[in-house]
Amino acid sequence: MEIHSMHFKARAGQKMADVVLQQNLKKTRSKFVDKRANAIRQLDDFEDLRTAAQELRDRVINNLDLWLERFEEEATRRGATVLWARDGAEVCRLTVDIARKHGVTMAVKSKSMLSEEAALNQALEAAGIRPVETDLGEYILQINNNEPPSHIVAPVFHKSKEEISALFARTHGLPPKTGIEEMAREAREVLRPHFLSAGMGISGGNFLVAETGSVALVTNEGNGRMVTTMPDVHVAITGIEKVVPTLEDLATLMRLLPRSATGQSISNYFSLLTGVKKPDDSDGPRHMYFILVDNGRADLVAGEYAAMLRCIRCGACMNHCPVYQSIGGHAYGWVYPGPMGSVLTPLLGGIENALDLPQASTLCNQCGSVCPVNIPLPDLLRKLRERQLKNGLRPLSERLLLRSWSWLARHPRCYTLAAQLGARYLRWLGEDGKRIRVLGLMPEWTTGRDLPAPPGKTFRELYAARARARK
Amino acid sequence: MNTRENILARLRGSLGRNAENGAHGRAIINEYLAAHTKGPQPKISGDLLARFCEESKKLSSSVDEVTSLRDVPQAVARYLAEHKLPTQAVCWPEFASLDWRGAQLDVASRTVDGRDPVGITGCHSAIAETGTLILCSSPLTPAALSLLPETHIVIVPAGCIVGVMEDAWQRVRTEVSTGKAGWPRAINFISGPSRTGDIEQTIVLGAHGPYRVHIVIVRE
Repeated sequence: MEIHSMHFKARAGQKMADVVLQQNLKKTRSKFVDKRANAIRQLDDFEDLRTAAQELRDRVINNLDLWLERFEEEATRRGATVLWARDGAEVCRLTVDIARKHGVTMAVKSKSMLSEEAALNQALEAAGIRPVETDLGEYILQINNNEPPSHIVAPVFHKSKEEISALFARTHGLPPKTGIEEMAREAREVLRPHFLSAGMGISGGNFLVAETGSVALVTNEGNGRMVTTMPDVHVAITGIEKVVPTLEDLATLMRLLPRSATGQSISNYFSLLTGVKKPDDSDGPRHMYFILVDNGRADLVAGEYAAMLRCIRCGACMNHCPVYQSIGGHAYGWVYPGPMGSVLTPLLGGIENALDLPQASTLCNQCGSVCPVNIPLPDLLRKLRERQLKNGLRPLSERLLLRSWSWLARHPRCYTLAAQLGARYLRWLGEDGKRIRVLGLMPEWTTGRDLPAPPGKTFRELYAARARARK
Repeated sequence: MNTRENILARLRGSLGRNAENGAHGRAIINEYLAAHTKGPQPKISGDLLARFCEESKKLSSSVDEVTSLRDVPQAVARYLAEHKLPTQAVCWPEFASLDWRGAQLDVASRTVDGRDPVGITGCHSAIAETGTLILCSSPLTPAALSLLPETHIVIVPAGCIVGVMEDAWQRVRTEVSTGKAGWPRAINFISGPSRTGDIEQTIVLGAHGPYRVHIVIVRE
């Protein structure tokens, strides 16, 4: 998928002004947050558990080459074929080759963010292979002219049921449905024949288990089970960082992933898939392929951003991010939105292609405090900001501002004077002494909201005045 | 250099890999894999069966209990009648010999297709921690039967209920190592009927898998 993150500012503005989107976001905003909070409360000790999760993720990342070799050995021994892809183009080429080799004309897909990175659907279509998304959210996006997802767990987070109902009626040529149950049933009935007839199933992979050479898939709808049970060929496309050592480690992560993502104690389906159909099995794929994708991940190990590779894609960081909550996922301009996306997009897609994203955060650390694998997201965002500054990627005005600040901070008398002038200037700007509608030199700060006017005196002045009054 | 070598070479470069620390690293991996170290686990106190039933119901499964396997057909018939569901079903071969006819049910043991309304399976283990059923695929326990029908009925011997997920993995490992079966192609953890929350984050039951999961616990 092409990166459009350079348009973040403009897009964020559009999203703020989009009345329908704002209503939709408001409706769902608290649901994820409340459900997660309840689910985490059921745990004896969340901190203990996430420390264990962090350690087991780091264990793999710190020796990723060896763990990948081990995974490959086990997977191959049990009948799967392991392929490697350097980038999205290679993912597409390999998948098309597999499809052609097995004479596949239609592929059913369960959700895979990697396939979004690679723009796999477009490549399959160009090769004459029909991709059918089967996760309800992804299906809705596909029939809506291949709209990109706005959330990694809930791809149509931004849409109302009314919009979806109209889209279904248009696409399926059936009378419009009003209830969500009816819409889900309609999608089930439309997709069922595809599951039973497709020659190939494409899935992502929540985890790769080195112990058994398996892929672990977490779904609620059962579509992940369908695409890995019914078709003759299964292709699992995952990032190279997804390896976990043992089944015990998987158990640890499974206590965290569904709770952090959707607030479930466990997701409906969790499948461990190993190798191919046995000789007398009546179902299961006869051919199984893993495509292990780098796409920039290999460059992150052992560096200052290595912690990002721990990510298990639960989406908790975006669900709790005030910026994401206000604009939704599309403004971020690539596959991954929210705080994890603001770190990952510049790292995988080039820091110069996503200048606004590291700034798209208040560094409030809501994301860091809910992350089930302890990724210090605000620290990583700050490091990216520092790198931008070092590489001369910030505008002159900002650099000058920071330089003046730095000088002032080292000259207390001048600082005091500047603060006094500033406080009085802001007070003067404030209408009726309460709010500032347009902030002089930085009008962008007040395009979406008013700034509360300060009292016109600095903190130190007020403090001194109070001390005098006490005497 | 092919892609695999390229990726691994870059990883090795960043990680400072050499022959010596590579051999050491592999030894540590072998050790770790053999140790099956467990992370923090919840304490499952009290009766596993009671906890399993309670958690299953939270996941929107329904639960019934019978004393012996012979009573299962009557229990299944009761459930289907109560919910006005079709009386045709497909079951795993191990249950083909139960007296389904005596309970006025038409149950066959064959490959399931997309139109069969009811699937009857057993399970490998069940987890009290989360009310989860574990089904391992094999020629005699096909995976599609717990997936395609709208109603999934699961026969759960009380003795196969374990405390936490780690216990279930250990059971699978033990069976494989004693040669009873190879490593299953698919191990499916099923926690209630299929569902989706994709539209407005509102959960509805019945996505691509079953709409109903009914658990019949066999006490004997």
